[in-house]
Amino acid sequence: MRKAMLAAAIAFPLFGSAALAEDTVKIGYIDPLSGGGASVGEVGFKTYEFLADELNAKGGILGKKVEIVPYDNKTNPQESLIQAQKAIDSGVRFLTQGNGSAVGAALSDFVTKYNERNPGHEVLYFNYAAVDPVLTNEKCSFWHFRWDANSDIKMEALTNYIKTAPAVKKVYLINQDYSFGESVRTTARKMLAAKRPDIEIVGDEKHPLLKITDFAPYIAKIKASGADSVITGNWGQDISLLLKAAADAGLKVNWYTYYASGTGGPTAIKQAGLNHQVYQIAEGIPNLGYAPADAFEKALRAKYDFSNFYPRAANEMRMFAAAAEKAKSLDPVKVAEALEGMEFQVYAGGTGVMRKDDHQFFQPMYIASFGERTEKEPFDEEKTGWGWKLVAKIDTDQTMLPTTCKMERP
Amino acid sequence: MSEITLSAAPPRPSITDNLKFYGLWIAATLVLAVLPKIFFSGTSLSTFSLIGISIIFSLSYNILLGQTGMLSFGHAVYYGLGGFLAIHAINIIGFHKWPVPLPLIPLIGGVAGLVFAMLLGWVSTKRSGTAFAMISLGVAELVASSALILRTFFGGEAGVSANRTKLLRLFGLSFGPQLQIYYLIAAWTLICMIAMYALTRTPLGRMCNAVRDNPERVQFVGYDPHIIRYMAFCFAGFFAGIAGALSAINFEIANSAYLGAVQSGTVLFATYIGGIGFFIGPVVGAIFVTLLSLGLSDLTTVWQLYFGLFFIAVIAFAPGGITGLFMMHRPLIRTGQLGRVLPSYLIALVPTLAMIIGLMLAIETTVHYTVNPDEDPHIKPFGIPFDAASPVTWILSAVLVIGGFLIARRTWTRVGQAWDEASNASREKALAA
Amino acid sequence: MLELIVISTLNGVLFGMLLFLMASGLTVIFSMLGVLNFAHTSFYMLGAFFGFQISRWFGFWPALFIAPVLAGLIGAAVERYGLRHVHKNGHVAELLFTFGLAFAIEEIVQIIWGKSPVDFRVPPSLDFPAFTIFSTNYPAYKMFMLLVSIGIFVVLLITLKRTRIGMIVQAALSHPHMVGHLGHNVGHIFMMVFGVGTALAAVAGVIAGPALVTQSNMAGLLGPILFVVVVVGGLGSLPGAFIASLLIGLLQTFAVSMNGSLAGMFGPLSPDYASTWLSDIWNVTVAQIAPILPYMLLVLILAFRPMGLLGTRES
Repeated sequence: MRKAMLAAAIAFPLFGSAALAEDTVKIGYIDPLSGGGASVGEVGFKTYEFLADELNAKGGILGKKVEIVPYDNKTNPQESLIQAQKAIDSGVRFLTQGNGSAVGAALSDFVTKYNERNPGHEVLYFNYAAVDPVLTNEKCSFWHFRWDANSDIKMEALTNYIKTAPAVKKVYLINQDYSFGESVRTTARKMLAAKRPDIEIVGDEKHPLLKITDFAPYIAKIKASGADSVITGNWGQDISLLLKAAADAGLKVNWYTYYASGTGGPTAIKQAGLNHQVYQIAEGIPNLGYAPADAFEKALRAKYDFSNFYPRAANEMRMFAAAAEKAKSLDPVKVAEALEGMEFQVYAGGTGVMRKDDHQFFQPMYIASFGERTEKEPFDEEKTGWGWKLVAKIDTDQTMLPTTCKMERP
Repeated sequence: MSEITLSAAPPRPSITDNLKFYGLWIAATLVLAVLPKIFFSGTSLSTFSLIGISIIFSLSYNILLGQTGMLSFGHAVYYGLGGFLAIHAINIIGFHKWPVPLPLIPLIGGVAGLVFAMLLGWVSTKRSGTAFAMISLGVAELVASSALILRTFFGGEAGVSANRTKLLRLFGLSFGPQLQIYYLIAAWTLICMIAMYALTRTPLGRMCNAVRDNPERVQFVGYDPHIIRYMAFCFAGFFAGIAGALSAINFEIANSAYLGAVQSGTVLFATYIGGIGFFIGPVVGAIFVTLLSLGLSDLTTVWQLYFGLFFIAVIAFAPGGITGLFMMHRPLIRTGQLGRVLPSYLIALVPTLAMIIGLMLAIETTVHYTVNPDEDPHIKPFGIPFDAASPVTWILSAVLVIGGFLIARRTWTRVGQAWDEASNASREKALAA
Repeated sequence: MLELIVISTLNGVLFGMLLFLMASGLTVIFSMLGVLNFAHTSFYMLGAFFGFQISRWFGFWPALFIAPVLAGLIGAAVERYGLRHVHKNGHVAELLFTFGLAFAIEEIVQIIWGKSPVDFRVPPSLDFPAFTIFSTNYPAYKMFMLLVSIGIFVVLLITLKRTRIGMIVQAALSHPHMVGHLGHNVGHIFMMVFGVGTALAAVAGVIAGPALVTQSNMAGLLGPILFVVVVVGGLGSLPGAFIASLLIGLLQTFAVSMNGSLAGMFGPLSPDYASTWLSDIWNVTVAQIAPILPYMLLVLILAFRPMGLLGTRES
């Protein structure tokens, strides 16, 4: 029977390793496709497929068809490494992942060690949403490229905006109790103290990640503190539940968020009736009035029932194609070299640059608020009728931060 | 059925039994040594490595559940702490250049598991049953939550990583390539399996069984069930720590997922599905569940549903697990009565399979309509293409499910009758002999 | 300070009552079958999703009655065709059966309603602030939740202690054979109790759905804490579950409102220790450990008073 079990072992691991097709460029998409994180992972996967179709309509990359191969990592770092190994075995040389900084750190580490131990078979890791600053600072790697602004950059942009908003006087910080939330609150404190010393931090809260069902006690605390603005890096249910509880208690503050636009966020804001009280910092939103982005948004919405959450994914795929064309090769080392320092016309208009020192992409950032729309805002979110409205644009040079990265090049 | 085989004192083994016994271990060694020669892709190597780790972990869990009758919902605590200590050990040893080679690191993990089991186990093993299960759940939640708060030691959410190649090299082995890691894990798996098997043969192992079956009697003969439960708990923690350390070496990272409820749940699944009544049970379960969790998610997006349904089916119809199902037939094989039941099995298999296929067809069609309603209805779950939009598919699945169920019910009754006849016959034969 | 105390008490009571709504069903089932129903919160989730779907078709008020009945029927079926069958394989098998069931229910809910939260709203007739205290609004809906929970507690208590049905159920708990000999169908009673227990969970689901988020992970979020309530209160003790629910609700909300840490009490650590693991413990605030306090309570209770606060027997 033991043998029978082992015979079964033959079948399973070899399932993924179909013959290596030389006429396609495979990009391994490693993100949750089952379990709790799957709603986010599936939207990402479809967005990438949409972007691959866009590239293929123009003839692919160097004449080769682009294919996105999904790998389900169940948001677990260990599982991600297994899936990365699977992807590499089936001929994938470019990995992309976004959900979870823990996964991002594990993957970056894995890719670096893999390339060190398997010269000639290098693999690149394109990060589109893991925003922990360490990935482009202490733990930076030559094989990792990040298109999303890391949380420090977002805070830099956000505080540059707050510098110009005198109405903000008392700020409350509430964040999830893990590495990302921790980095949001420490940078917020540091940057606010430097740029607006008159602002008083009236509260600094850490709550457990994705475990709170009722935020009412936290809202009571915010209310008691007398804050006029709240800064939060919360995402997923932690942002929608927080806003819902605030509305229930009748808390009137302005919310400066990172991820209010995530699935369920707009619905919660509309339900809570927080008309233009919730702000979000991102590298692009619908309703910017930039024609190519609007056309993309329209086409994506026509095909799927979600909006474009990932302008950065568009930047990533388009830049990858441009870098390969520039290097005239799909060899990961050459693509990586071409990407370093590359300037690019980004999805939402303007120029972005992939900084050579740390492989962090810098791009114009936008602060937008969510609420009732005028004719200038054609797109709504999640069928709520409300949409994002541009509040401020922060140019690329206003988002530049120094890095502590000491890059080891091959 | 297992109580008899496990708890009766064994007669002195004959030479053929000895040969059989040692032959089995030698065969296992050979299989482990030859495997990577046949399946050499990176994926299969890492799959085998994971299976090895899972085997040690499941066997250690069975010291609690199968042998001592303690249901734990927090066994991953010792696995995870072993993993964290191992990662820190690799980093510290590599930094100071101490002369400790990588193959000894799992021992550090094991000792870590043991120490924490000794610390946390005294209170929780005071009671068995539901109270023990609940304490283990509470302790697991406490440790898992603390892992996110005590950032310096646990590295927060990102965890702690290490480079396993930076340690002292023995015989020029760098332990960079997965193949070397595979052999390291295989060797430890073998050592741990032998050690845990030996443990079941010691007086302590026997007393564990006694505590499981009748703690009052154990007290009458002068033993304290609490002490015996505590010792079993410590051994289980030790081997879980080794498994955790091997996992840390394999991934070169330790994070809070090691300690979490999912890990504790998986080992419970694996051990139970394999069969808790037999030493080999958790081994089978570990192999099976690891392959299933790695392979199934490639085949269908709703793999968790199949996993849950399969688990329910095992509990409802095969409480002895996979191994239990096979072991049930041992007396029949011995007396040559297997031929009596096989035909009825084959007959029952056809409608049962039809019902399962119909069910899968229905599930996949539903999934298509609710999850991806706008996409092409020609879907390909499990690599089998069919058209989810065509009424033929719906009718077919309905016919398969309903028809299969009705016929299967009758055929399984016949299996039951055949089984009774065969086992009666084999009992008579055994008595006659 | 007074403001925070009053509001925390209110919030704690509200959360505690929601816990009790679920714990009441679980504790009755627990004491009957001797098995922790891991799928209990799955029925809470089913209640929320049924409520969402039915309120879409017929409105909220019919949903409040139909959804629990549906969930209760499913629960009764699970007992009749599942648990009863597994019973002969022992408690571990029963427990694992509900474990697998929870797994399957979550997946089925995901297949039918998707993985994102659904838009389940408070009915317009209850969508207004009931009163304002210290300039904080209290939604009428939360008051409604409170009233329903208290109502169910009173009705359950009276049914169990004062009526004939309650007597038979209680007798069936401790002496099932005797009750059987007296001519009652014990299997039938078990099925009924299981159905009523799951229906209670579903009531909690319909009520909590609009107030919290109706999503496929809502079962997993509340699962472990519910066991804490039942065990701390004492297995099978309804008043125990009531007290434990309130205790845990208040414990969590009050801990959240406190900012104290060892560093705050004794001053920061000397720089030598600032980057060691000691600093993690030193700087952690009471608010941060609020969610793990119930588990600490659980471990302590089980270690020192294994029968729970008001329980009368061990497991």
